[in-house]
Amino acid sequence: MENMIKNETRRDFLKVSGSVAGGLALGFYMPGRHNVAVAAEATSSPNAWVKIGQDNTITIMVARSEMGQDVYTSMPILVAEELEVDLSKVKVEFAPPAEVYINALLGGQLTGGSTSVRDAWEKLRKAGASARMMLVTAAANEWNVDASQCKASNGMITGPGGKKVTYGHVAAKAAAVEVPKDVPLKPSSQFKVIGNAKQKRLDTEAKVKGQAQFGIDTRVPGMLYAAVAMAPMIGGKVASFDDSRAKAMPGVKAVVQYSRGVAVVADSYWQAKKAKDLLQIQWDGGPNAGNDSKSIWDGIRTASEQPGAVFREHGNVEAGMGQAAKKVEAAYQLPFLSHSPMEPMNTTADVRADKAIIITPTQFQQLIPHVVGGATGLKPEQVEVHTTFLGGGFGRRVEVDYAIDAAEISKAVGAPVKMVWSREDDMTHDSYRPASLMKLSAGLDASGKPVAIRFHSTSPSISARLFPSIVKDGIDPFAVEGIDNYPYDTPNMKLTYQMHDAGVTPGYWRGVSHNLNAVALECFIDELANAAGKDPIQYRIDMLDMGSTKHQWSGLSAGVPVGARMKRALEEVRAKSGWGKKLPEGHGMGVAVMEGYNTVIAMVAQVSVSADYDVTVEKVTAVVDAGTLIHPDQALAQMQGTINFGQSACMWGEITIKNGGVEQTNFDMYRVARMNEAPKVLDIHFIKSDSTPGGLGEPGTAVIQPAIGNAIFAASGKRCRTLPFSPENIKGSA
Amino acid sequence: MKISFNVNGKSTSVDVAPDTPLLWVLRDTLGMTGTKFGCGKALCGACTVHLNGQAVRSCQTAIGSVSGQKVTTIEGLGGNHKVQKAWIALDVPQCGYCQPGQMMSASALLASNKNPSDEDIDAFMSGNICRCGTYPRIRAAIKQAAKMA
Repeated sequence: MENMIKNETRRDFLKVSGSVAGGLALGFYMPGRHNVAVAAEATSSPNAWVKIGQDNTITIMVARSEMGQDVYTSMPILVAEELEVDLSKVKVEFAPPAEVYINALLGGQLTGGSTSVRDAWEKLRKAGASARMMLVTAAANEWNVDASQCKASNGMITGPGGKKVTYGHVAAKAAAVEVPKDVPLKPSSQFKVIGNAKQKRLDTEAKVKGQAQFGIDTRVPGMLYAAVAMAPMIGGKVASFDDSRAKAMPGVKAVVQYSRGVAVVADSYWQAKKAKDLLQIQWDGGPNAGNDSKSIWDGIRTASEQPGAVFREHGNVEAGMGQAAKKVEAAYQLPFLSHSPMEPMNTTADVRADKAIIITPTQFQQLIPHVVGGATGLKPEQVEVHTTFLGGGFGRRVEVDYAIDAAEISKAVGAPVKMVWSREDDMTHDSYRPASLMKLSAGLDASGKPVAIRFHSTSPSISARLFPSIVKDGIDPFAVEGIDNYPYDTPNMKLTYQMHDAGVTPGYWRGVSHNLNAVALECFIDELANAAGKDPIQYRIDMLDMGSTKHQWSGLSAGVPVGARMKRALEEVRAKSGWGKKLPEGHGMGVAVMEGYNTVIAMVAQVSVSADYDVTVEKVTAVVDAGTLIHPDQALAQMQGTINFGQSACMWGEITIKNGGVEQTNFDMYRVARMNEAPKVLDIHFIKSDSTPGGLGEPGTAVIQPAIGNAIFAASGKRCRTLPFSPENIKGSA
Repeated sequence: MKISFNVNGKSTSVDVAPDTPLLWVLRDTLGMTGTKFGCGKALCGACTVHLNGQAVRSCQTAIGSVSGQKVTTIEGLGGNHKVQKAWIALDVPQCGYCQPGQMMSASALLASNKNPSDEDIDAFMSGNICRCGTYPRIRAAIKQAAKMA
């Protein structure tokens, strides 16, 4: 992950070696590794984005994981736009792990950070354009005419005098053509596939007919099923166990201990599960066994007394505070959250003496050969990984723990095994959105404008656990998102982060720390507007920094001016939401704005708050500047989805700890939004733009939360600084 | 124990313990994986199927209680059911995992209520969780399906 955060711009074509059936395959490697551009002959080489077979089959490889966010369609759109093929006739395949598929924005073959389309934006269009140019050259050579006299369209090449061939016909010859060095791309005015409002998802039909293969649907010959028992305490281990009753159950083939638990392997899942329930296990609770939510929060509060690491500072915040006419202070406390995708963790593993096959719903296929190799004694190149459709991911499947577990179990029984977690396993062995305590203070001048801002967050670091090499000087780049790009013009500021291990496994959760920092910041800005007696939208607009963003750490959008984009988004959301109109008693509107993953979103939530502090989200109006939209209808779907996910989290989400383990075990205890509880109206607008695409899979998740918090204040006068925005927390707030 | 029942119009016989949930009989014994496992406690609706035309949670339906009865799964909805047509027309699924259950609930709703109001939809569909947030499209698709002949 050394390349993470580094924004590589130079990419080179790769000749895919190892010709097979005679066709054209094109791929890219990361810069610095292969500088010579060459083309290849193959239809079956895995190292390709585009494969054109002599039978005219056009295959586009999708090297990111499809977990709902539409990479299965949006990435092929980029290829098809330049390749000039009908998307409905293209075959789409999930790519295996390979260097060619590394996500340059993250430095790994990994789906996350709302980077899939941003990383692919140039790369896949160039792949399509290069393949098209080579096919055209091959046809021109065959006809003995100049390539400029030929045209590619809809999978066919036409030449002078009515000449016409299919791509497949010239695919083998195209593979011998030199890869073009100069690959001009269409201007946006000529886009036909990109931005097509009528484009459908390519995976809908399979999903609607129940045919899409998720990890849990995997069936291989001779496969057994595993149900597992893992320690209820986070980090706990098996001390001893009695499996005599379990082993006597019908269908049970074996009971095996593996690194973090005991697995019952049987002819069917239900037999395995029933027998698993009869295991008698003594647990060694491990280092966290004494933890509970109170001790964890006490620990966070104590750690927050540390000065932390400075990640952004200018002016002199103490001097600024000293001169302020008014001071405002607040502390926001956000809980641990579970990912809880609908498909519980599972993996099918077939570990043999010289080879392992891992079939799994993963966001991080590249890591699996290494960790499975490590767990089984095989070399990474002996581990074959197949990525299935993911039944939700939200960051949970960046973790590879469940693939390791299944591999260990398969190795122990010497057979292919499908390990399926129960919902209880999944919820209590998640990696959790870190809890965070964020202390903010501001000094306002006589006009109410902040002259000094102080922000200090204390929270577990996800990257310190998963990718320690990207943590520098006490700062985790994924812990300061949504605040190191503080967008307001404030002369004196100091932003600090205090890392604190709370004994609860922290994980990347859709939107990561935007969901912490931007929530606290945008609620706090609302507090400042209120203290200044100003309208919250105009207050924000008036103090926007119109210069470049100041990201130093989380900046996948560093250096891009966002002030003007925010101003426009705020102005449009003000107009479209009916901001300021008279609302019924108990109703209120709240605003929030944020830049995240190079997407700017301004949102207004309208809520009603009952006498018992039950909150209903009546309407959400969002104005989104995500640059060029590749697949507009699914950009809309991502905004609908992220708003729902964030609303669910901020209104009900809370993981609590007792006796070292997670208390919530299923959807009766970990409440998530249901249809009757989702926002009643979503009014989402995209700003028309032909700029580089911004990420859409995550940012909305963060923005909705402060918008709701601020709307609750407007509706009830209650400033709730402890999430979730439950009736108890709202009632207990000032 | 041998248990016979009808799945998607076909007589079927399985030899499993009678307390085995219908969900696992469908998925493991019969290899029909369109019906999904989500929570195992009838809390999420991912496993919804029709039992004699009524929406039930197959994770809480023991196969012993299904003997001689008619089960319809997403595979048996046929692919051209108006609910499936509407789901495709509006590109409802994101990850898609909960959608078989959503469609089985929606088709049961429309079978008993030809023109459901928002409140009817809320009441019937609130047992089906979607984490991707496709609720607005599910609602719109149910209304669109209701308009189809």
